Amino acid sequence: MTLSILLIVSAALFSIGLLAALSRRHAIFILIGIEMMLAAANINFIAFWRFAPQPAQPTGVMVAIFAIAIAAAEAAVGLAMVIAVYRHFRTTNVDQLNQLKG
Amino acid sequence: MSTVAFAIIAILTLSAALAAATLPKLMHAALSFAVMFVGISAFFFLLGAEFVGLVQIFVYIGAVAVLIVFTILLTRHDQEKMRGFKWSGVVVAIAVFAGLVWTITKTTSLSIVPPTAKALTVKQIGDALMISYVWPLLCVAVLLTAALIGALILVVEDKPQ
Repeated sequence: MTLSILLIVSAALFSIGLLAALSRRHAIFILIGIEMMLAAANINFIAFWRFAPQPAQPTGVMVAIFAIAIAAAEAAVGLAMVIAVYRHFRTTNVDQLNQLKG
Repeated sequence: MSTVAFAIIAILTLSAALAAATLPKLMHAALSFAVMFVGISAFFFLLGAEFVGLVQIFVYIGAVAVLIVFTILLTRHDQEKMRGFKWSGVVVAIAVFAGLVWTITKTTSLSIVPPTAKALTVKQIGDALMISYVWPLLCVAVLLTAALIGALILVVEDKPQ
């Protein structure tokens, strides 16, 4: 198991998240895709930390912990926005939310 | 770090992620999302970052997955006509994946094995959080408070004037 295999797995996870964020028309799926991409970035942080010459410094772990906290805040605000949009427009399909389209 | 465990965890994580991205029913996708985070936490355990794996399980499976399930239940009324799927996203995702894999395989300095290192203890992480990373920690605390208040303000009912 080398670093490149881990990075390929994390790249696959990122691409699947991108697929969910770009292809699905439901707002919750877009949030799920964004969370997947953030998790792939976390795997990269931990992998580079573990494969670094000196893993005694907990730098990568710290970045991953802060990224998890920020991703949780983003998920909470995003899901609150989904609920607010649903209350206002009675839909969560992002194709129908085109009021600002020129 | 055994190769067999790595392969099993990778297959579990990637298939759960693919299921979460493509399943038509929202609730099934949310449950696959939780399974995917179990797999990612297993990666963290395998890489020797046990604390991050535990935090991931607590935050994502304990909080974010439950929050997603609540949101699905609160907005479920037009679930059936949500089956739209754009195939251009598949093309973009495959192109990004191909580019990343090409870059990773071309970089020769990435094919290294991990150095043997002592396990990172929770005491070390706590020391680092309280000494070198205390300002980022406080900023994250302010950010979480602001996000909590913002989420509450977003979902509160409008009072009729």
